[in-house]
Amino acid sequence: MARKLLLEHINVPGINTLDVYRQKGGYRAVEKALKTLTPDEVVEEVKKSGLRGRGGAGFPTGMKWSFLAKPEGVARYLVCNADESEPGTFKDRYLMTYIPHALIEGMIVSSFALGANTSYIYVRGEMMPQIRILEKAIAEAKNAGLLGKNILGSGYDLELYVQPGGGAYICGEETALLESLEGKRGNPRIKPPFPAIAGLYGCPTVVNNVESIAAVVPIINDGGDEYAKIGIGRSTGTKLISASGNLVKPGVYEIELGLPVEEFIYSDEYCGGIANGKRLKATVAGGSSVPILPANLTLKLANGEPRLMSYESLSEGGFATGTMLGSGGFIAFDEDQCIVRNTWNFSRFYHHESCGQCSPCREGTGWMEKVLHRLEYGHGKMSDIDLLVDVSKKIEGNTICPLGDAAAWPVASAIRHFRDEFEWHVKEPVKSLDTNYGLANYAEPIAKAEVTTGD
Amino acid sequence: MSDKVKVTIDGITVEVAPGTSILNAARQIGGDIVPPAMCYYSKLEGSGGKCRTCIVKVSKGSEKDPRPMPKLVASCRTTVMDGMEVQNITSPEVIEARSGVVEMLLINHPLDCPVCDQAGECDLQNLGYEHGLQKTRYEFERRTFERIDIGDKIQLHMNRCILCYRCVFTADQITNKRVHGILNRGDHSEISTYIQTAVDNDFSGNVIDVCPVGALTDKTFRFKNRVWFTKPIDAHRDCPTCSGKVTLWYKGEDVLRVTARKDIYGEVEEFICNTCRFDKKKTADWTIEHPTHISDASVIASNHYETLKPLPVIQDNAKLQLANKVELEKTTKF
Amino acid sequence: MLKVEQQQPVEFSSALIAKFDEIVKRYPEGKQKSALLPILHEVQAELGWLSNTAMDKVADYLNILPIEVYEVASFYSMYFLKPQGKYMLEVCRTGPCCLVGAEKLMNHIEHRLGVKEGEVTGDGLFSWRGVECLAACGYAPVLQIGPEYTFYENLNEQKVDELIEDLRKR
Repeated sequence: MARKLLLEHINVPGINTLDVYRQKGGYRAVEKALKTLTPDEVVEEVKKSGLRGRGGAGFPTGMKWSFLAKPEGVARYLVCNADESEPGTFKDRYLMTYIPHALIEGMIVSSFALGANTSYIYVRGEMMPQIRILEKAIAEAKNAGLLGKNILGSGYDLELYVQPGGGAYICGEETALLESLEGKRGNPRIKPPFPAIAGLYGCPTVVNNVESIAAVVPIINDGGDEYAKIGIGRSTGTKLISASGNLVKPGVYEIELGLPVEEFIYSDEYCGGIANGKRLKATVAGGSSVPILPANLTLKLANGEPRLMSYESLSEGGFATGTMLGSGGFIAFDEDQCIVRNTWNFSRFYHHESCGQCSPCREGTGWMEKVLHRLEYGHGKMSDIDLLVDVSKKIEGNTICPLGDAAAWPVASAIRHFRDEFEWHVKEPVKSLDTNYGLANYAEPIAKAEVTTGD
Repeated sequence: MSDKVKVTIDGITVEVAPGTSILNAARQIGGDIVPPAMCYYSKLEGSGGKCRTCIVKVSKGSEKDPRPMPKLVASCRTTVMDGMEVQNITSPEVIEARSGVVEMLLINHPLDCPVCDQAGECDLQNLGYEHGLQKTRYEFERRTFERIDIGDKIQLHMNRCILCYRCVFTADQITNKRVHGILNRGDHSEISTYIQTAVDNDFSGNVIDVCPVGALTDKTFRFKNRVWFTKPIDAHRDCPTCSGKVTLWYKGEDVLRVTARKDIYGEVEEFICNTCRFDKKKTADWTIEHPTHISDASVIASNHYETLKPLPVIQDNAKLQLANKVELEKTTKF
Repeated sequence: MLKVEQQQPVEFSSALIAKFDEIVKRYPEGKQKSALLPILHEVQAELGWLSNTAMDKVADYLNILPIEVYEVASFYSMYFLKPQGKYMLEVCRTGPCCLVGAEKLMNHIEHRLGVKEGEVTGDGLFSWRGVECLAACGYAPVLQIGPEYTFYENLNEQKVDELIEDLRKR
């Protein structure tokens, strides 16, 4: 069995309560950090751990923390991004539901490290049950003297609040999240200034994903060096993977980074293979916004070596033959799934979730959705395929926030790898309405290096 | 340390105050290298960054950190650094991306210029001429909204709006109580008051002047005339509410409309009050100064769009000529 | 745009106001606008939707302009700007849920309730709509019902029928 750092005790009855969580060693990190370490030492441990942001971008957490401006007499804030909305990702929901104190413990240690005396957990509004769970857990922690004034006699004060969102994917973008937390529309801010300089209420702010903050707990307990020993290369530690789609056992799994993708999909310890005895056609490895890959490129790199679940291995080959680990939302498609339909579905998602602030994303996402809808419903044209590629290029990189890229990549990658299937939809409009293109050659072994075309 | 920073835009170097944006540095140079701006408005705090038409390429970040910026940046919201090098019209990548933005701005625009009062002084029309494709690639129904009156003097044609947010900033910053704003999300966003209320205060008329397109128009001028048939004259009056410095737009003896005075980038010099704008339409109300200076290149001056004339910096340099093949071809296109 | 005659008078209970007071305390002095999203959730939980009169009262309470409330309420997908059924069934319609039958499920609900997406059943009990990813892809297909956003996972047609019957009896 692989090592579990976050989910080790997830099956212990009552682990969602403070008492059981403490019996299992919970809040040791708070004791250790507040009583024996300085804030800078905590930051140093996190830096040593090599922990990278678990929300999708993979930016080193310790480095992000060290950028925080510390002007005299100005409040600093830590805001936890629990606005989990990326299609395919549901790990934060899982963590908050079953082991809420892991997040709260992480928040206390991280807030201490950053010198924040008020911190917020911004939870997407649809997760009202999780908000109630967190509120209850915070009350428990406060009763036990783990929150509030003079925590454990250390002289450190922290108030922790849960803030509900209102239903907007864009609030997962850190500056949109801060706008939303200030009671405004979730329009991403134009950067610079970055939140580390001017974030919540114009004060220096760090925004971290739920999993990143929870990972600070084992890092402090065992030391950054120990954490860095797990994983592979610059992908240190463990990662929660949300597995969904046509799998025998979808769910949240904690893996050591570096696990072969094939093992993750097919072993009984993890997803147990493709449901209903079918074959794998494609995967989206890191949440809907990362490039989709056909089965062959999912399991193997272009050079034939096995692909691993790590930041580097998944992105090996760039966008031509690779993808990204993203937020770890692993979606598997079986041989009966239609890539065109799924691309349209994702495109509708981004169209629906665009904030509408900047023109390429506001207009472009809707345009792509309409063209994809036309292709899926049998009245597309051959030229639509190149049009989609062109529109996606006009959006990518030209928007205020990464939602534009997130909307462009799934479309561009689907056409890059599954162009045959798109063309088939144009050539066989009637047939494509009730049958699927099927597996085609997407699972066949990668024969030659020429696969690395793309654009 | 010098209190000025040096920035080079399309091969032209200028020294500007620290904190200046690339766009404003380019405006200090002037001419064709100034990026177009549809949402940025120097008089409105917080404006800019949204329309993406002013994007430029930063080929050298600064003297200290010469790395180029990885993406094109909005010049209106990017601050210059000492030694920064910027490419605007000398970068095919920028021109291509900007055409893309213009296309996006136009796909849901009704293109009803023949019946739009803004025609002839419309930033979007100008952009369309400079960058637009001859034909649209968008084959779907365009987004439509009902035309509404916000107040008895201002009409909102939401169909034409490009969501620059300028009118929202204007209401926020120069009036005391904003009643209109941006409602809904994504491509359903609209300027609206939500409930039926009139935008009613002494300075509400300024939203007409800041609107880069024909979304907010002056009802007292509606369908009266094409702007290029009218003659602009600068005038002033002793106004208790505002500076009273305006431009009167004449047709023969009649003042058809009153606007604030605008600079060469279409920005008002000073905001004016509604009394000056809507109620003082007789020559006797005003002290006439002189004919308004209008750029020869404008439609108002010449009744048509002028042929593009590339900068000397491009014509003299073989490398830049190659990079600007497309732009140079446009000199014969119109 | 709303016509003026659509406005309905509304009163907030003292219990609700007490909740508002509690929420506002979470933010620094002068940053009470931060309370807007949570307060709108509370108002919607109490009244079922957000009428413009209710939003005006919220603006008044937070000392902000009414348009600031309209802007926010219309931006976020969870706030209803018109009345809904007592039970709003929100079915996830994004990728992973569709891979395992969310679209079929929505058709079934439409047929079962006899109303189109966004409409209210004659008895005022039910509405339904497709919503974007609810971050529960591993338990797909899923639906949620406000105001507490109770979650129903691994659904099929039979389970949905049972749920609807159960809600009817409540």
